[in-house]
Amino acid sequence: MKPIIKLLLEGGGLTTAQMAQVLKLSEADVNRELDRLKQQRVLLGFRPVLNLALEDAELVRAVIEVRITPERGGGFNRLAERISRFDEVESCYLMSGGYDLLVFVRGSSLQKVAAFVSEKLATIEGVLSTATHFMLRSYKEHGFMLDVPKQENERLKVTP
Amino acid sequence: MDPARHIAKHVVNLPKSGIRDFFEIVAGMKDVISLGIGEPDFDTPWHIREAGIYALEKGKTHYTSNLGLIELRRAISRYVEKNFSISYQPEDEILVTVGVSEALDIACRALINPGDKAMFHQPCYVSYSPSITLTHGVAVPVPTFAKDNFALTDEALRAAWQPGCKLLMLNLPCNPTGGTCDRAQIEAIAKFAVEKDLVVLSDEIYSELTFEGVHTSIASLPGMKERVIFLHGFSKAFAMTGWRIGYACGPAALIEAMMKVHQYSMLCASIISQEAAIEALVRGEDGMKAMRDQYHRRRDFIVRRFNEIGLKCHLPRGSFYAFPSVETTGLNEEDFAIGLLQAEKVAMVPGTAFGENGAGFCRACFATSYEQLIEASNRVEWYVQSLAKKG
Repeated sequence: MKPIIKLLLEGGGLTTAQMAQVLKLSEADVNRELDRLKQQRVLLGFRPVLNLALEDAELVRAVIEVRITPERGGGFNRLAERISRFDEVESCYLMSGGYDLLVFVRGSSLQKVAAFVSEKLATIEGVLSTATHFMLRSYKEHGFMLDVPKQENERLKVTP
Repeated sequence: MDPARHIAKHVVNLPKSGIRDFFEIVAGMKDVISLGIGEPDFDTPWHIREAGIYALEKGKTHYTSNLGLIELRRAISRYVEKNFSISYQPEDEILVTVGVSEALDIACRALINPGDKAMFHQPCYVSYSPSITLTHGVAVPVPTFAKDNFALTDEALRAAWQPGCKLLMLNLPCNPTGGTCDRAQIEAIAKFAVEKDLVVLSDEIYSELTFEGVHTSIASLPGMKERVIFLHGFSKAFAMTGWRIGYACGPAALIEAMMKVHQYSMLCASIISQEAAIEALVRGEDGMKAMRDQYHRRRDFIVRRFNEIGLKCHLPRGSFYAFPSVETTGLNEEDFAIGLLQAEKVAMVPGTAFGENGAGFCRACFATSYEQLIEASNRVEWYVQSLAKKG
């Protein structure tokens, strides 16, 4: 793994100036590296990790198990990409086991998510079935515990 | 009545730890970035903590065998065989202790007669010399030097040796210097120990945190197992300092002697910590390596920064300590550390807290976040520049 990627993963939100210091590069070099990763589509973007339950955000999320018909030549890819393009879809994975795609969707209300499933997703040709599970509560998002405050470091200031 | 007059003479004469003095100064200040901490910044990995919770739930709240849980001793035996190539019998060659500190203490108490001499390399961990003094032994420090990357050399050993030396204490990689010895150097130490008929106490608590080369345990060399007590624990590699859990491995007769002292003083190590330690050994390797890799990268950063700033710093091959020289600033280690703390609120421990051979150096622990290391190194730079202007 490239040093800059390791730093992105473990550096915990360092600024590019700080990354430059750690990697012994100029800040311009760091930006160039990041641009290159973006061009290579290794680095797709940054998103904040939020606890939206605290923000009264009117957000409903669901996970949908989707069975689809594979196609000659492309397998599952064409349909999976077609489904992924909807704005409602946050993530989409091809799975082993009892269904083919696991689709994470979100909407501003239960009705809107339900409408997306019944009107958009289930009606696509090649989609055999859907099973929708609404999320009731989130405990951990992208490595962050939602309701457990990050503890202040309790190490003594000087120890042998 | 003055209660103090009842204190035993050898305790009265024991110097207070230099770390303690420095701690008092730092504790009174706010917003200090501390590079003075001798423990990992990571909390114990969750699966290990969870094993401790599970042990409590199962009602594991009783004494264990004096030697420690047999399951833990078996796990230690497998771990030491796999990682250090030394084979110890779980039944009578392994003793579970309350951290390596206890192991060190009871080893000294089991081996030292009043007046016996014990050698140890210095700068070193703060409790070596007092452990010897408390058992009425005589401490014989052996200096290590920056020019050797703080490795213990045959030459220094021979120069320091005196008739009456019985013990040799090793801590490789070393706190505070990060110094280690390569295989050839370890072989020379082993040869010296055989020649002078020394028992070796080898504290290898930082061995997993070896960044360059392969860690060689002196106990793994041919013929050495019979005269080495191998001390190890969970504090550093598995980020388990507060659990207080370590172990000693060695010839059955010596382990039996240490066990006698242990059973009358400590009885056994905490069963909860022992249960968690089993989890650490069985499933903790990946987490441990991930932490080591992070220390490795932070080391490269902070050592490079010290050298850029003009504080000459050798590359510590192990541990999570950098030990830069402050000589170029014209200040001694104590004035530098206190000046830095007051001017820029960065805490580094003066090298003399680890013995007189630490003069001219400060210890900087890099087991802290990148943000803190970056900020700390910038502040050290400003401080050094301000000294140069005054100069």
